[in-house]
Amino acid sequence: MLITCPYCGPRDVSEFTYQGDGNRERPAPASQNLDAWNEYVYDRLNPAGDHNEVWQHSGGCRSHLRVVRNTLTHEISSVVFARGHVPHRSPSRRGAKA
Amino acid sequence: MAERLSPLEPVLRPGSRGQFENGVGVVLSEIAPGSIIQLAAWPGQEKAIIAAIKKVTGLALPDGAGGGVANGQKAAFGFAPAKFIVVDEAESISEALTKAVSPEVGTVTDLSHGRTAIRISGAKAAWVLAKFFAIDFSLVAFPVGAGRSTVHHDIFAQIQRSAPDQFDVYVFRSFARSFWHALCRASEEVGYEVR
Ligand SMILES: [Zn+2]
Repeated sequence: MLITCPYCGPRDVSEFTYQGDGNRERPAPASQNLDAWNEYVYDRLNPAGDHNEVWQHSGGCRSHLRVVRNTLTHEISSVVFARGHVPHRSPSRRGAKA
Repeated sequence: MAERLSPLEPVLRPGSRGQFENGVGVVLSEIAPGSIIQLAAWPGQEKAIIAAIKKVTGLALPDGAGGGVANGQKAAFGFAPAKFIVVDEAESISEALTKAVSPEVGTVTDLSHGRTAIRISGAKAAWVLAKFFAIDFSLVAFPVGAGRSTVHHDIFAQIQRSAPDQFDVYVFRSFARSFWHALCRASEEVGYEVR
């Protein structure tokens, strides 16, 4: 699998570190909204298809990246710097049910 | 500045080794520049850092990711967004860069004692390095002067192509001896000379 870093160009996946689901939104540190914390910590979409993810080019320029990866084919349809890009969030599992 | 000790000192033994009957494929050496400086620009201050590098060193960095220049005495290249390495034979360049880069523009970090610079040159230089690093070493993808950040297992490396058949590899000094051993082993099949 290759990820095309916006700075370094196409690089082997071994140069990158997965930093988790890109759909999560961390509640404010002082938040006492337990549902929001529960959703942040536990709820995952686990889609079969395009997935918003956060990766770091840890073995390269060390930039944090927003990646859209297809979980069925590993096809990567979008890579942008995390800085300066508002994430495209999918509705959470809980939100999708409501 | 405190006297610098090379981590390669106990293992760097000049001479030709490996299969060199038909000539050496690569020459390995430590270049030990006087200064290895990292500069980082705050958001939006990249042009100001590039201007400061030009003012102090005379080196004009080309635009674009990984762009760089090397002229034998001095070198500079981008290795990450808004981050640059400047290398100089002279030891005093850190002070001059610190004066030229105000705290509002960015930061200057002297890595002269923290990095070891290893030069690999010769017809088989790209061939040997390609055993370690999964990057494109062709001249088209990696032109002279350009810099690349990459990794071999846990050994982070910044590589500048300083001539068509010459690469300067900057590694953490604590990894340098281990990397040197591996580099010598990888060079055996093409024949290598340590200078
Ligand atoms: Zn990168």
